[in-house]
Amino acid sequence: MNENLFTSFTSPTMMGLPIVTLIILFPSMLFPSPGRLINNRLTSIQQWLIQLTSKQMMLIHNHKGQTWTLMLMSLIMFIGSTNLLGLLPHSFTPTTQLSMNLGMAIPLWAGTVAMGLRTKTKASLAHFLPQGTPFPLIPMLVIIESISLLIQPMALAVRLTANITAGHLLIHLIGGATLALINISAITALITFIILTLLTVLEFAVALIQAYVFTLLVSLYLHDNT
Amino acid sequence: MTPDSEPDNEHYCPICKFQHLYCRERTPGTPRWRLVVPVKEKKLMDVKLGELPSWILMRDFTPKGIAGAFRRGYYRYYNNYVNVKKGGVAGISMVLAAYVLFNYCRCYKELKHNRLRKYL
Repeated sequence: MNENLFTSFTSPTMMGLPIVTLIILFPSMLFPSPGRLINNRLTSIQQWLIQLTSKQMMLIHNHKGQTWTLMLMSLIMFIGSTNLLGLLPHSFTPTTQLSMNLGMAIPLWAGTVAMGLRTKTKASLAHFLPQGTPFPLIPMLVIIESISLLIQPMALAVRLTANITAGHLLIHLIGGATLALINISAITALITFIILTLLTVLEFAVALIQAYVFTLLVSLYLHDNT
Repeated sequence: MTPDSEPDNEHYCPICKFQHLYCRERTPGTPRWRLVVPVKEKKLMDVKLGELPSWILMRDFTPKGIAGAFRRGYYRYYNNYVNVKKGGVAGISMVLAAYVLFNYCRCYKELKHNRLRKYL
């Protein structure tokens, strides 16, 4: 059972060829670009959702921060759609791979930090020391703040990976338990099945929430630095 | 049927004004025109069964050609099922069902071992 549990997280190959790039590119096929003033239903719904999300997320920023709108909106669309597609049976979720999440988190975080250091050097360095700290505590606090700064991209990536991976693993385990319990006791299998249903609903929510949290944190780092 | 004689490059199609290759059979007094389109440019449904292997080999297999084929296929599906006036959930759920099927075929090898041992 150990091998079965983790085989769904290996890099997907088909007849020896790695198709992970195709799977990463697949969600883009589900977002057609709106060409007209009044589009078809799918495009209109997506347009409405994206406008809602972008207004909610980008209002807190000033003009300089709002130049990041395209980046953040495509980020939330990508992570949200990839996580949701991963809930389909047998599918591979690229966001379960730490490599990919690190590849998303580190450049974005580094971009916000570099932007802050370049444009508002004094203000962004001032973040290392909260206001009103007693004088003897200053060295320790600077060290702590700098560690917490450096750990931000790691936390972003690991948070996303762990949440999605844990959800998938739980679904596998509880689903396997349901199947195994059918022959032993039908009522327990029914209870386990209800737990599985609730878990799947939770996973849908988690998929969207994680996308939102990732993007929100990046936008917060941006807000600090613009 | 009588075989095609040599195509005639000089004459234009009177209907659509493009220069098709016309094959003119010389029976005394009555020239007969038959439209001869090169096999390379025919669409799939117009290709005769005997010409099928040569048609397949003449297709464009460069990356640009393959990308063009995917693009045409995508737009054909999109305009037929999604980009319609009252498109519903069917357009996108067919895509998702095909995606599930594709992933099932991809990991069939590992899933084979999860069968109930009765019928190995």
